[in-house]
This record gives sequence, C-alpha cells and structure tokens, in this order.
Amino acid sequence: MRQRDLIRLSLGSLVDQRMRSFLTILGIAVGIASVVLLTSIGEGVRRFMLSEFTQFGTNLIGINPGKTSTVGVSGAIINNVRPLSIADEEALRQIPGVIDTVSVVQGNAPVEWRQRSRRTNILGTGPAASTVWQIRVARGRFLPADDQRAARALVVLGSKVASELFREVSPLGQVVRIGGERYRVVGVMESKGQMLGFDLDDAVYIPTARAMGLFNQESLMEIDLLYQAGLQSKTVADQARRMLIARHGAEDFTITTQEEMLDVLGSVLDIVTLAVGGLGAISLLVGGVGIMTIMTIAVTERTPEVGLLRAIGAGRGQILQLFIGEAVVLAAIGGFCGLVAGAGGAWLLGALVPELPTHTPWEYALYAEILAAAIGLLAGVLPARHAAGLDPIEALRAE
Amino acid sequence: MISLTRICREFTVGDERVAALRDVDLEIGSGEYVAVMGPSGSGKSTLLNMIGLLDRPDSGSYLLEGEDMTSLSGSQQAALRRHKIGFVFQFFHLVPRMSAAENVELPMILAGIDSGERRRRVGETLEAFGIGNRARHRPDQLSGGQRQRVAIARAVIMQPRVLLADEPTGNLDRVSGGEVIDILEDLNRSGITLIMVTHDPELGKRAGRRIRMVDGRIESDS
Repeated sequence: MRQRDLIRLSLGSLVDQRMRSFLTILGIAVGIASVVLLTSIGEGVRRFMLSEFTQFGTNLIGINPGKTSTVGVSGAIINNVRPLSIADEEALRQIPGVIDTVSVVQGNAPVEWRQRSRRTNILGTGPAASTVWQIRVARGRFLPADDQRAARALVVLGSKVASELFREVSPLGQVVRIGGERYRVVGVMESKGQMLGFDLDDAVYIPTARAMGLFNQESLMEIDLLYQAGLQSKTVADQARRMLIARHGAEDFTITTQEEMLDVLGSVLDIVTLAVGGLGAISLLVGGVGIMTIMTIAVTERTPEVGLLRAIGAGRGQILQLFIGEAVVLAAIGGFCGLVAGAGGAWLLGALVPELPTHTPWEYALYAEILAAAIGLLAGVLPARHAAGLDPIEALRAE
Repeated sequence: MISLTRICREFTVGDERVAALRDVDLEIGSGEYVAVMGPSGSGKSTLLNMIGLLDRPDSGSYLLEGEDMTSLSGSQQAALRRHKIGFVFQFFHLVPRMSAAENVELPMILAGIDSGERRRRVGETLEAFGIGNRARHRPDQLSGGQRQRVAIARAVIMQPRVLLADEPTGNLDRVSGGEVIDILEDLNRSGITLIMVTHDPELGKRAGRRIRMVDGRIESDS
C-alpha cells in the first residue's frame, strides 16, 4: 500500500464521520494550543526575567556578608561573622581587572521636603553606582567621589521621588531631610522602571557611610565588583575570595557572580517553562484519550469492513496501518490547528497585554506537533491492534 | 489446481466441539464450475473459507496450484488472497462510504498498484459489467443487483485464478440474481475457476459439477 493511498483512505473515513472527527481534532487542538500558549508565556517570562537581571550589566560580582551553609546554628546565636567594611571595598578595588566597586547599604526612611514627605528606599552607595549599575543621571550629577568615610550629605533622587516631592520645582540644590538629617540634592536619576517588583525610581541614593550611620549598620550589605569584559568571572571571584579570607581570617562572606546567578535563574525559569508546558500536556493527554475512544468505536463499527479487507488480501499489518493512519491524521490535523491557535493566541496576548511578554519558541512548537503525532500513534495502536487481530471470518459475519 | 486431502476443521461452540469439516478430500481442476450445496451447518462456507485461505485446517493438506498452503504465514496467505483468489459474498460487503469505483479499486490499493493503472482497470471492468455510469454512486444509491456486480468487479479486478462465491444471489430477486449468475458464468467461460455455495437447486443444476455436503462430509460429487 502506498503512503498517499493510506492518507487518502484515512481522510476518506474521517470525512465520512465529520462531526466525530471534528470533535476529536478539537480535543487535540486544544491540547496543543495550550502547550504552545503556555510555553510561549513561560519563554516570554524567562526572557523578560533574564533581561531584568542583566540590565545592570553582566560583568558583576556581588559579595555579601555571612556564609550560606547547611551546617551549624543560626548566626544570631554565635555570631563570628565579621562585617564587610569600606576598607574591604577599597582593598577589593586593587584587584587587577576590577574596574570599579560599589558598596551598598539599604534601608527605608521618610524623605521630606517642606510639607511633603515620602517613605522610600534609601540606598547608601559609593560614587561608582551610576556607572556600575548602568543607571544614568537625568539632571545634575551622581554622588561625587568624596572620601568615603567622610562623605558630604548629598543625595541623588530617583525619578519618582523627585516628581512626587518636587512636582514642577527643580530639585537641584534643594535641601531635603532624610531620617532627620539634611541632604542637598545634586542629581535626579533617569527612570529605570521596576525590577522584580522593586521600584528603582522610588529610591534615593546617599553616600554609603552616611547610610550606615543613618541605619546604625556596622556592615555593608553588599559590595559589587565591576570587572573588565572578557575576564573570567571565576578568576576575579577567586582573587576576591582570597583577599577577603586574608583580611577576615575565614570565609565569612558569600560571593555570587552574575553568571552563577543567571545560571541558577535560567534553570529555575526552565523548570517554570517545563511546568507550564506540562500543564498543557495534560490537556494533550486528554485529547489523546479522545482519539483512542473514537478509534475504538470506529474499529467496532467497521468490523465487517475489516473482514472484507482481509478477504480481498489485506494483511494484518495493512489493517494496523489503516487504523493507526487514521489516528495519526486526526492528531496531526489537530496538532496543526492547535499550533496555529496557540501561536496566534500568544501573539494576540502579547499585542493586547504588553506587560505579559510572550515568545513562541518554534522548536517547542515543532516538538508539540511531533508530540501530537506520537500521541495519535500511541492512541491508535491499541484499537488498531485489536482490528488487526480480528478473525476475518468472524469479522465478516459481524454485520 | 485445488487439492484438498483429509481436511479436518473443528469449532468450539459453547462447550461443544463441532466438526465443520471431516476428512474432506477434494480435487478441483482449473476452469471448473463447481456448485457446493447442502443444508445449513453442513460445512459449505467453511470449505469455501478454507479454499479462500481465510481459515486454516486443523489437519490435512491443501495444495493450490501445487503449492502447500497450510504452511504459509499469515502475510503470505494475504498476498495469495490478493492475487489469486476473489470473494463474492451474499451481503455484498461494499464499503458504504466509498463509491462503486473506489470499492472496486480497493484490492489494487492494497496491492500497491499505481493510480493511473488503477483508474484504467476500474473503468474497463465497470464498463464490462454494465455499471460504468454508476461508478460515482455509493452503495446505498445502487440496486441490489448493481451492488453485487460492483462486488464481483472488485473480486476479479486483480485477475484471480479462483472466484469463490458464497450464495451470491441469496439476497437478490430472481431477475437481478439471474444477471449476476450470467456474469459469473461468463467469467468462468473466460477461464476463471468458479466455486459457488448455493441453496438453490436451480442454480446448482447450471454448474458443471455439483458437490453435496452433509455434516462436514462430501456426500455426493457429480
């Protein structure tokens, strides 16, 4: 039997049972559409998250105080963690290949100007934060490179804080009160938007040492190293580790390279994509069961036809092919419709709800189509085997 | 051409073993016209199915054109059914969703013959059987006689050596039954071996050879 004839015969019997075929196709189409749509959303979210994380640049290494370990008691009881100090930061800056460092202390305090007050994030940072984090200054300038230990009381406002507090007035040169201390505004940042729910525009930047005093912190919360592009993050991280161990006497800090973070994030997001894809696959499975049901009914109804085909010379293999062929054609058509609907839906969703990024990974779509055909094959095998196993004489008599 | 030796076949019906064929010996020459007669349950259909390779004997040997059939595999038997044997049934067994032409085409599709050749042969055969203008009709749009002619066209489209007909007129009125018999006899005259199971003594008389079966045995052969 030729491939073309096989497909023609399959289509013939599917067209004969239009309504039934349509509903079965619909079942598979819904399954494939949901797989395509959900993986599109998953992939879109993945790309969105990765771009969120890399918007500060990729050649970054973060150092935090304290060592994450699974052994021992909480640091609150026996605390032998030495604080990360500004001196540590200055030492780290001497590592070859490190372009700049930023120390970070973060807290929350009201920022007041005249009668207006806004509770906002206070970021104590070094003067290099603007370049290292790739946040540009819209007006004025960023914090000047003062002596870090005796920095002047200057502040740079995030765009939202600036517009909320000052409205039409230019904030440059004005004096605001932060946690009761007076700070002079030297700049306003460009709007950078949110990152994972943290509004970067709803923040103000003050020198690190001042923030440490303001929040009564002994330790920096983080030191970020910006290293030259082209260097291995691991090399730089190792040097930083050795230096800090020498200074602290033990490894009481955690070094996270951007690469590691992206790896971890990437694998987490891969799992998310996989999980939503799996949800879609459940409906695909239901569609497969639909095909199996329909094929079982078809075999029962067409038992005399099977007998006849055997009598006019069809081998068991050909009967098997015929019924599996029908199941696969059903699934493939359903798969194609589902692909169009899913990709179309993802595109429409992306167009209508721009906040929800979607991206249809075409290789997934291809997998989905292959999966549909495979499901057809699997769902068809059992009924088709039953048909092929029928005794031709019994089958002929079954009218 | 067909040589059956000591063929036995038993069926299990409920708890009972029923012998459908008991030690049947039968020789049929090429081009013969044989009517198989006898009461129901006498093993006529089983004999026909045996010759048509739809059934296997429990014991005995069956030679078709000198070849041993009992040792063949299922797919080898299917290939022989495709090329050497044609079946005609009482209830026509046309595929209801297919047109007359498509029904006739089926054996050639199974044999993998290309579509141009198929179309040519279908056209010729339907024309020869006087149903050329019915090619696009589906079985439910055809009369009983026309349906059986389509079924015969399907049975002979592969130019088999043997044509097995199980009560081919059993479901037809006298006139169309007669037409169908004329076609079968024409085919027999052009060389095909025709073996026909029938209840009708009138039909039996027309055959060159009559076999009467009772209780799975050949009672008379003339």
